Amino acid sequence: MSEAALHKPWRSLRRQREAAEFGLWVFLASEVMFFACALTGYAVNRVLWPEAFAAAARETNVLYGTINTGILLTSSLTMAVAAESARAGLRRLTLVCLGVTIAFGLAFLMVKGLEYAEDIEKHLVPGPGFRLDQPAAQIFFAFYWLLTAVHALHMTIGLCLVGTLLAQAWRGSRPLSSPAFEAAGLYWHFVDLVWIFLYPLLYLAGRS
Amino acid sequence: MSGLTAERAIPDRPGRAENYLTAETGLASWLLTTDHKRIGLLYMAAITVFFFLGGAAAFLLRLELFTPEGDLLSADSYNRAFTFHGVVMVWFFLIPSIPNILGNFMLPLMIGAKDLAFPRLNLISWYIFVAAGLIAVYTLVSGGVDTGWTFYTPLTTAFSNGNVLAAAAAVFVAGFSTIATAVNFIATVHLLRAPGLTWFRLPLFVWAIYATSIVMVLATPVLAMVLLLISAERAFGIPIFDPLRGGDPILFQHLFWFYSHPAVYIMILPSFGVISEVVTCYARRRVFGYSFMVYALLWIALVGFLVWGHHMFVSGQSLFANLVFSFLSFVVAVPSAIKVFNWTATLYRGQIVFDAPMIYALGFIGLFTIGGLTGLFLASVPVDIHVTDTYFVVAHFHYIMVGGAVSALYGGLSYWWPKITGRMYPEAWARFAAVMMFFGFGFTFFPMFIMGFLGMPRRYHVYPQEFQVWHVLASGGALILAVAYLLPMGYLAWSLIWGRRAIANPWGATGLEWQTSSPPPTENFDTPPVVVQGPYNYHPEHEGPPAMDREPHSPQGGQPV
Amino acid sequence: MNGFSLWPPTASEQAARIDSLFIGLLVVAGAILLLVAMLLLVFSIRYRRGSSARRGELPEFLRRDVELGWTAATLFLAIFLFWWAGATQLRASDAPPNALEVHVVAKQWMWKARHPNGAREINALHVPRGEAVRLVMTSQDVIHSFFVPAFRVKQDVVPGRFTHMWFRATKPGTYHLFCAEFCGTEHATMGGTVTVMEPEDYARWATAQPQEQDLPGEGAALFVSLGCSGCHAPSAAVHAPSLQGIYGRMVNLADGRTVRADAAYLRDSILLPKRDLVAGYEPIMPSFEGLVDEGDLQSLLAYLESLRGEISR
Repeated sequence: MSEAALHKPWRSLRRQREAAEFGLWVFLASEVMFFACALTGYAVNRVLWPEAFAAAARETNVLYGTINTGILLTSSLTMAVAAESARAGLRRLTLVCLGVTIAFGLAFLMVKGLEYAEDIEKHLVPGPGFRLDQPAAQIFFAFYWLLTAVHALHMTIGLCLVGTLLAQAWRGSRPLSSPAFEAAGLYWHFVDLVWIFLYPLLYLAGRS
Repeated sequence: MSGLTAERAIPDRPGRAENYLTAETGLASWLLTTDHKRIGLLYMAAITVFFFLGGAAAFLLRLELFTPEGDLLSADSYNRAFTFHGVVMVWFFLIPSIPNILGNFMLPLMIGAKDLAFPRLNLISWYIFVAAGLIAVYTLVSGGVDTGWTFYTPLTTAFSNGNVLAAAAAVFVAGFSTIATAVNFIATVHLLRAPGLTWFRLPLFVWAIYATSIVMVLATPVLAMVLLLISAERAFGIPIFDPLRGGDPILFQHLFWFYSHPAVYIMILPSFGVISEVVTCYARRRVFGYSFMVYALLWIALVGFLVWGHHMFVSGQSLFANLVFSFLSFVVAVPSAIKVFNWTATLYRGQIVFDAPMIYALGFIGLFTIGGLTGLFLASVPVDIHVTDTYFVVAHFHYIMVGGAVSALYGGLSYWWPKITGRMYPEAWARFAAVMMFFGFGFTFFPMFIMGFLGMPRRYHVYPQEFQVWHVLASGGALILAVAYLLPMGYLAWSLIWGRRAIANPWGATGLEWQTSSPPPTENFDTPPVVVQGPYNYHPEHEGPPAMDREPHSPQGGQPV
Repeated sequence: MNGFSLWPPTASEQAARIDSLFIGLLVVAGAILLLVAMLLLVFSIRYRRGSSARRGELPEFLRRDVELGWTAATLFLAIFLFWWAGATQLRASDAPPNALEVHVVAKQWMWKARHPNGAREINALHVPRGEAVRLVMTSQDVIHSFFVPAFRVKQDVVPGRFTHMWFRATKPGTYHLFCAEFCGTEHATMGGTVTVMEPEDYARWATAQPQEQDLPGEGAALFVSLGCSGCHAPSAAVHAPSLQGIYGRMVNLADGRTVRADAAYLRDSILLPKRDLVAGYEPIMPSFEGLVDEGDLQSLLAYLESLRGEISR
């Protein structure tokens, strides 16, 4: 553990580790506001157009959505195990869990891709030839595409981060005591949490 | 006066061999540096370029407005010029200026740290900033945007024929830089304070940067998402704000101003910090009501999030909402007033020296007071209905942001110049420039209050004859102001080569940043300092001295023995 | 309109009230500015370096009391000013019920006005002195803002909805009309004049305008030509609600809600008929989006409103 480099402004490893986590929490506060803005837009329009939103939400594929929710929740578990085992110095477990997390993440994006393909086929892209005739249903799908795309982008960034960590841990160029594992875990859980909001808003609305 | 303090200040060895400027040489040592001081200078270079670009646009606007007819610029080029002026000045000059130049450089020094918490992130955020700036310049080169910096939809999404997507991308990317810097500052203040430097011993500049950073972290992402929404609407035609398809253009205004009102505080809070440092130092007096000053900063940062609706009194917002936002806007005026009173009271029983930074600070207090008081007019719903979207508003926010923030930037830059560069600037020139800036500013912007009240709407490229006299005054003032802005650039550059070498603490100030050599070594302090008392302890003894030769100050901390 | 002045013409009832508030604020702001400036000046002179004025620490309790004192005073002043401004606004918020209603449509870059008797104007507005005038405004493209400095009124004109404002002119004359919200290339020239006339002059002017159908009359013609009457006329075979007296009435919707059939509701029902379906009817009405412009909509709504009058009479 002692090989972890102490970087410039820090006087102790403990403090440096604390900083990585603290900085990430502050950044996540920023991310919360980022998604909150779009969710506010969604909420306002849903209050304005309750029926159109319900009708539009019934068009989304709840099966894909539910599978993805399961995948993401499980990936959060493996990510948490990875971060904990890195802290405990268990190299093999860390590598395995990071690998499984990446697999889950890719599976999520794949399911999402299938769903997008189906949505396009069903003419659920706002614009001419849109499937539903209430204009406000297009607003729902505007938010659907935007929110899921931004979320998928966050997933991709998360996958890159975890992939880099996996490669570094594999080669041994990053010590397991590095705060990066914990930080990547936090980020991953946050992206998961965003999905927990998107799932009911986009898939369950109008299906009660 | 500087000579006087210099003789009495702690002797030092000017021009020591090793400092952050001379430690490494070569272009790569600058472009790949992780030293917060060098990054501060990189920011200074980039921001100066944007200040010139935005200033050139402003100059064109004032030149065009000299006559009521549109004789210099066409309507379209005028609209593009003021949009470019707004976008560049807001996101590439005012928001980054004090935090990224002075904050980056001074924050670690003032809390006794070796660097910011995440030095590499700091460098990355500079590159992101420059990339964003290049996109902004590309926007101009590729034809410009004619939406105004507020990007109101549906004009922006459906009707504008400018390069909206590039402009939105520029601002979006700049947001990453802002957030990264803010995260860095917050983590630094939380985790890297010197031993003994408790929260309520922090200098007010550090508090100001800290409060600003919090606003940046929480407000900037909202802007990012709004820009994403309008870009998606414009690029892919998906309906979000489009009234023809059930969308609500007023929702855009709510989301936009939820960012952009706090953004005003991002621009002005750091200046509060600078002014507190300068006033205490040159009045040689402990700041009046330190804890109130801190609470006022935090109160402004918090309530600043709740007043965005006062930009929308005529948008068709309900009367009830108008009154609530009006009330909150009056409430947010209180902490600003407290700050002005406290700076004034700090002068009481001081030993005031009128060096250039102090003249800038006094000018700031005057201009900020006018800007703040006219804010009361705008918080009153009926008066705001008359003067909103007129030159009255233009004058009001320029008093805050240009009279306020830019004066503070120049004041802070002069104050810390010896620390940053190790050179003294020519004091007489600096005083002259400071006075000139105050009057140039007044000539430029005070007439705008009058013509705004008379009904001159903003963003007008041609205007009725009767407003010409005020426009001519403003344009004439702008010429003086331009000279006053250029002059310091001249003598500061001059001082780099011919200026006298500065000692560690030329002003006899108490802050930690003055306890290391000028310019500081790469590691900032030879040994980490230890703090023993609160800031601004300029008069440790209770006896009032006419004595000019008394030991003038007691440093906040120093090297442990 | 020309010549040097420091005060804009005051030509409406609201203008006089807003001016007194403005003067009040000027006095308050001037007093505070003077106080701060005097303190800065006096302290700067008295406590300049080396002067012989007495110095020394202030007692702690004094610092605290002064601080609390001016915090409380500022807060009190702020709340007082809020009360004053809020009260002024509340008094002027609603137009009197008998106000003369003028319909305004804004588009890039002109103002179009329709008087109740059908007179049309472009980039000009004639109003009688002493009578309350209520403007019902909407935009065909982007957001504009109707601004008459002499009346101290301004209101954004938003596409997709109606915004209102009202004034009572007090002084005959010709005043500026500006667009105050940036609306594209020719924003600066999107303006005109507002002419205040004596009531009898106004009546003469209105009748001298080219006689077109009045707004409800034009709406009635549209009602037939667009085919509305094919379903909504009392004799029609199609099962569609009669629109006699619908304006302003409460209607029951298919989903159990009850809403008032005001201008906004009726407008939506024409453009988006499937959104708020009336209870007991099939969603068979087609959308008229794209077929009617904002001016047509105003005529149709004026016609529907006139039907209410016939019922109650």
